[in-house]
This record gives sequence, C-alpha cells and structure tokens, in this order.
Amino acid sequence: MTSCEYQQIDPQALPTPTPAPPPHHGNDRDKREEPKRPRRKWQVFPGKNRFYCDGRIMVARQSGVLPLTLGLIVITSGLFFIFDCPFLVKHLTSCIPVIGGGLFVFVVITLLQTSLTDPGILPRATPDEAADIEKQIDNTGNASYRPPPRTKEVLINQQVVKLKYCFSCKMFRPPRTSHCSLCDNCVERFDHHCPWVGNCVGKRNYRFFYTFIVSLSFLTAFIFGCVTTHLALRAQGGKGLVFALQESPGSAVELVICFFSVWSILGLSGFHTYLVASNLTTNEDIKGSWSGKSGEGVTNPYSHKNIFINCCSVLCAPMPPSLIDRRGFLPTDESVQTAGAGIGLAAKSEINVGTKGLLESAALPALLSTSCPQMKPQTAYTCPDSSPAVNSDPSPQLSTSCGARHTASSQGDTSPPRHTKTRSKKRKLAALNIPNPSFDVPVSPTSPDAGPSSKARGSFTPLH
Amino acid sequence: MRAAAIGKTFTMAETHSLQDLQQPAVSSKVFVQRDYSSGTISKFQTKFPSELESRLDKQQFEETIQTLNNLYAEAEKLGAESYLEGCLACLTAYTIFLCMETHYEKVLKKIARYIKDQNEKIYAPRGLLLTDPIERGLRVVEITIFEDRSIGSGR
Repeated sequence: MTSCEYQQIDPQALPTPTPAPPPHHGNDRDKREEPKRPRRKWQVFPGKNRFYCDGRIMVARQSGVLPLTLGLIVITSGLFFIFDCPFLVKHLTSCIPVIGGGLFVFVVITLLQTSLTDPGILPRATPDEAADIEKQIDNTGNASYRPPPRTKEVLINQQVVKLKYCFSCKMFRPPRTSHCSLCDNCVERFDHHCPWVGNCVGKRNYRFFYTFIVSLSFLTAFIFGCVTTHLALRAQGGKGLVFALQESPGSAVELVICFFSVWSILGLSGFHTYLVASNLTTNEDIKGSWSGKSGEGVTNPYSHKNIFINCCSVLCAPMPPSLIDRRGFLPTDESVQTAGAGIGLAAKSEINVGTKGLLESAALPALLSTSCPQMKPQTAYTCPDSSPAVNSDPSPQLSTSCGARHTASSQGDTSPPRHTKTRSKKRKLAALNIPNPSFDVPVSPTSPDAGPSSKARGSFTPLH
Repeated sequence: MRAAAIGKTFTMAETHSLQDLQQPAVSSKVFVQRDYSSGTISKFQTKFPSELESRLDKQQFEETIQTLNNLYAEAEKLGAESYLEGCLACLTAYTIFLCMETHYEKVLKKIARYIKDQNEKIYAPRGLLLTDPIERGLRVVEITIFEDRSIGSGR
C-alpha cells in the first residue's frame, strides 16, 4: 500500500509531461536491486542486439564475419601502402596513395556506419495495441495450437499487397517489412541480413551499405590495377614475374585477395545498382514478389517508374529517424517490474504520468484514483499509472516464449555459411538468412498474453 | 461493462474518498492505424473511430489526422532540398549526420509541438489524450480515453 501513496504523489511532483522521470526510491519491491539511476530503454530492448557507449552504438548479437571483413580491408590496404605505393610514387605519380587513402577511409567509414546503425528496427507493439489487434482478428483456433497465419490485404497503388502478422512483435508488419530471425527484430524495408557487415540492411542503412560496396569495388579494382602495374613494371626487362613477386611479397597477397574479391564485389554492386534503379529489395527480388510470376499485371507498386527518381528516393531521401529511442529513459518503476517488457510499456507509463500533469492543468472534474500499482497476477486491475504493471504480467511469459523462439531459431540458423570469396550470387543467397516468418517455430505466444491483456483492457475492477 | 464500472466506482468513492487526488482513470484506448494506400509513406487513416463519437467531432478528428499526415509528408518529401542534403551527405561519407540535425528530425519536433498544442486545446478538455506516433514506432496514433466521472455524464 505504501507504493500506492508514492504513485499518487509522484505525478504531482512532475510539473510538465516530459518523459524524463526523476529517480525516486519509493518502490518497496526489489528495492535493493533497483539501480540508483533510471535505466535507459536499450537495457530492456527485446531484440537480439548489443549496445555500446550507453546506447549510442548498436550491433547485431552475432557479429558475423565483420572482423574478417574489416581485417581484410585493413590488411590489404596496409600492404598496398607499404609495398606498392613507394614504387609507384617513384615511377608513376604521387596521386596514387592519395586516391588510395581517400578510398580506404571512405570504405571504412561506410562499413562502420552500416554495421553500427539501426537498420530501421520497428519497436514491438505495446500490449494495448496487441490486444486491440487481437480483438479485430477472428480467432478460430483454440489455445492449444497455433492459429493459422494471419494476413491482411491492402491496396497500394492499385496493387494488392498482403501484410503478415508478426507473432514476435505482435503487429501486422508494414509493407516491405520483414522479421529477421537472427536479430529477432522487424526491420523496415528489409533488404537482407549481411554477415559480412554483421547487421541487417534495411531502410536506414541501405544507403550506407550501397556506398560501402560501391566504394569497396572501386578500392579493390584500384588496388588490383596498381598491384598489376607494379608487378608489370618490376618484371620489365626480362626479369620475370617470379622475380617481381620475390621482391615484393606483399603484392602477391594483395593480388590473390583482390583477384578473388573484385568479381564478387563488382557483381554485388551491379546487382544492388539494379535494385536501386527499380526500387526493389533483395528480399523481394529473391522471392519474386513483383516479377509477374504469380499473375499478370503484377508490378512493383513502390517504383516511381523513373530510374532517376527511384535512385534518388532510395539513396537521397530524407534520413528516417530511429524508431527505437535507445537512449530514452525508462521510468524507475518500469525498470524494476518489467525486466524484459520492451519499450512500449515505458513510453505508455510516461504518457500516463504526463497525462496527469496535462489534465490537471486543464482543470478536469475530480476523478478518483482507483487502485494501487502493486498487482497480483491473478486479479485484473486497471490502474492509471500502473497499467504497465498489469500489462507486464504477460511479459515473463512473453520473454519465455520469445526466449524459446530465440533458441529455436538460433539452433536453426547456427551456421550462416562462413565462406571464402565466392561468386556474388551464391554470396547473396548465403547472406540471406532470410527473415523467416516467425510462425514457423512451435511456440504459441497468443495464449499467455491474450488473457491478461484482454482482462486489462476490458475490466475496470477496483482494487478492494 | 460500463454500468458495472460506474457501479463499482461509487463503491470505491466511499472507500477511497481520502485518496481522491484528481487522477484520471484510463477507460480505453483507440488506435488509429496506418494507411498504406499510397505506399510506405507515413500516413494515418482518417476514418473516425466509433469509440470517440460521444467525445469529439468527426471534423476535428479528421482535421488533426490530416494535418499530421501533411506534416509527415513534408518530412519525407522528395524534393531538391532532400536531394541536396543526400548528395552532400554521401560526399562526406554520411558523417554530417553525426553533427547536423536532419530535415526529418526538424519536422518531428514540429509534429511534437502540434500534438502538444492539440492536446491542450482540444483533446484534454474532452478527457482524451493523443500520443505522438513516434513513441509507438510510427505504427499508430494512440488516443487514450479517460473515464469521465463527472455526475450526469452517464455513459
């Protein structure tokens, strides 16, 4: 009951409805475990991502072969500057290290941006939203088995598009959004999950990815050309290639690496240039969504029918914001009660707190406070400032079901093929640990949360 | 359900009279979904939800949503300005995004101010609250309906 009083006092202490709660030590539950300062949202993020620098930088949990990619680029460029540049500067021009250096810096920066940026992750639906969607869907199956996959059809530019329901994120996925099983997130305009980069490629980082592969193909081609020229110059005068290689062993390594990578990277760049020009994603291209295989008159509804406009809309559109607000604060009572609940709850309770300030200032008639935030899971209460607590009841079940899915999907996807340089098409297919629709794993998340959520929404039972 | 809730409220009123601190109780929430008819641009449906009929004019609701849609369209507009920003960003290896506030972020601030304004002027006096869609991942416009306990309002 003591926390009841605290909940009532706290909102009045907040003058404005801003989402930055002052840390207060009122909660008697788990008091000793409660951190002294408010936690940030990235600390309770439900997807499989890792965060650094207090949420500023994020990577996928499996970094894939990103260290290898970075290592190869740095080593090859390093060898280039050490072995080839001195000779070429002496015999040709000093522009060569300048161009090489510029390309190298460009490649590394864009690679890091592709890996460390939020690709366009959609935050999961709040329990209220999920319950609202559930209400609108006819649930014909009973609780003991998974109901058939839910779809919704929308008309986009006179084209019928099916939206699938995501069981992990509890929402209908927007068009072009896919759930990445490796990262356990729905990503907007999902292209593919790239193990070389160690991250998904989606709406927000596609331009970085494209710039990375284009500049990398320039860099690889440039180094390849320079090394060939270097060796050719050395081998002049009948000295032979073997002699040249003995004089400059680093060049041999570079030659091998560049020879094998230039084809695949050039191929990949060409493929993605085609995708950009037709405003397609790798996902759609592989599945053949708009190629007309499924019927006549099926065209890409997102294309602007003009190559230039397509390119501009993909690469030069305004940079969309990150929707997951990783550095936002969780209200302190949230961080105690809901360890794995996700962001929506935090935002909701912030709004509830903010609401009080707003409504008080609007001088509404006296409204009663109905209950205390300390809830037992069995009884269903709705409380103005602790409906998050009620809605958090499904969260242990949610996190276990999500946990089960994590394990299942991670077992299924254990080895994204760690391959050496291969042909570009094979690499693309291998890199596509594609977004399996989440409902292939035999866990039913609907039953645990349908109950309490609907109770939370439907009833308004008082505390006593 | 509502009659039961109101009935129980009177019981609570007797028990909790000392705790009457003018705190509104959440009655329900309405979610205005996205409208994908024009593609993946941020746009919300202007269909008036039936739960708000008793509280709000259809006209006002549609105006709010339409203004929001226009603001999002402005944020995502493909025009000369966005192309220039994009090209410049590309030349600097996108590092300017670390220092500069993007066009989209500027419009998001404008949207936040508009929603706050709408809440103060129109929605809060009617016991409603608009939630900024950015806090819901631009999926929905969440409208919280607060239970109106004023006598005679009988719903």
